[in-house]
Amino acid sequence: MDKKLETIVQALQEKFSTSFEEYSDEVHVFVNPESIVEALTLLRDKYDFELLSAMTASDYYPQMLPRFHVIYQLTSLAKNLSVQLRVPVDGAEPKIPTATGVYEVANWRERELMDMFGIMVDGHPDPRKILLPDDQEGFPLRKDFPLGYEEVQFTFNIDDIDLRKNYAKE
Amino acid sequence: MGVEQKLGDMGIVTTKLEDLVNWSRTNAMWPMLFGLACCAIEMMAAQASHYDMSRFGMELMRASPRQSDLMIVAGRVSRKMAPVLRRLYDQMPEPKWVIAMGDCASCTGVFNNYALVQGVDEIVPVDVYVAGCPPRPEALIHGVVTLYEKVKGDKFKDLVKE
Repeated sequence: MDKKLETIVQALQEKFSTSFEEYSDEVHVFVNPESIVEALTLLRDKYDFELLSAMTASDYYPQMLPRFHVIYQLTSLAKNLSVQLRVPVDGAEPKIPTATGVYEVANWRERELMDMFGIMVDGHPDPRKILLPDDQEGFPLRKDFPLGYEEVQFTFNIDDIDLRKNYAKE
Repeated sequence: MGVEQKLGDMGIVTTKLEDLVNWSRTNAMWPMLFGLACCAIEMMAAQASHYDMSRFGMELMRASPRQSDLMIVAGRVSRKMAPVLRRLYDQMPEPKWVIAMGDCASCTGVFNNYALVQGVDEIVPVDVYVAGCPPRPEALIHGVVTLYEKVKGDKFKDLVKE
């Protein structure tokens, strides 16, 4: 791990009693949902992480509990560092506080989280759907979302499907 | 059978009204100017000088649905785009035709998932399907000529709506 990053991770550990892991030169620091806003503020103000370069989530159903990790990828252009914060979120009522107060760019990212994973964001200024149509049901990027396959027409079943397919009228 | 042979010495052509109307409909069909994905690139190529679709009277892509009579659905239609596409179709004046260009528009091709409409024929009535991923410009032009053949065979009594 980078020397400069080591002090930052240590500071985070002391303050929020977190754990971290390293994976191929990347550092993942685990933070609780309650302290994520504070951690982001600290990293932005004290350690020059001025850019939230990516924000997404990952669904580890069914291998891991809690099933979701919300991922904040932070970049410091001044110090040429990058660190990843991970917030484990339970699957029953997934909820995180909004980061829009710290990074303005989190606005659309969090809307995407609500669309795709159904992770609700507390205190979001504009919680509409962003990518999916308004009548979309379910959360497509969850591992237990049905793939929604439509039966494919082959020569042996083409007439069958033709009969029940919902063709448009003039 | 060219018009010259029918002309004779008197400068008069006798034909069926049906044929005349269908002929006039086919030879200056104006497609609507819009593309949804990579198929649109092939559509542009079909119109550009190398393939030159204007040989078939189609050089004029109209940016307004009110002025166009052919909709070429060039690309995959997402569920969010579907109401927009249907609205554009509804805004086109009669008579109107639709070509589903490429596998995605015809049956979603490889994208059998939640995000896309499984075949544009679920939203608008399709006249001609053009296969390919994406179809070559020749294939699109063939699709258009096929549509012309279809229109030339139209009967007035079939077109009357009840």
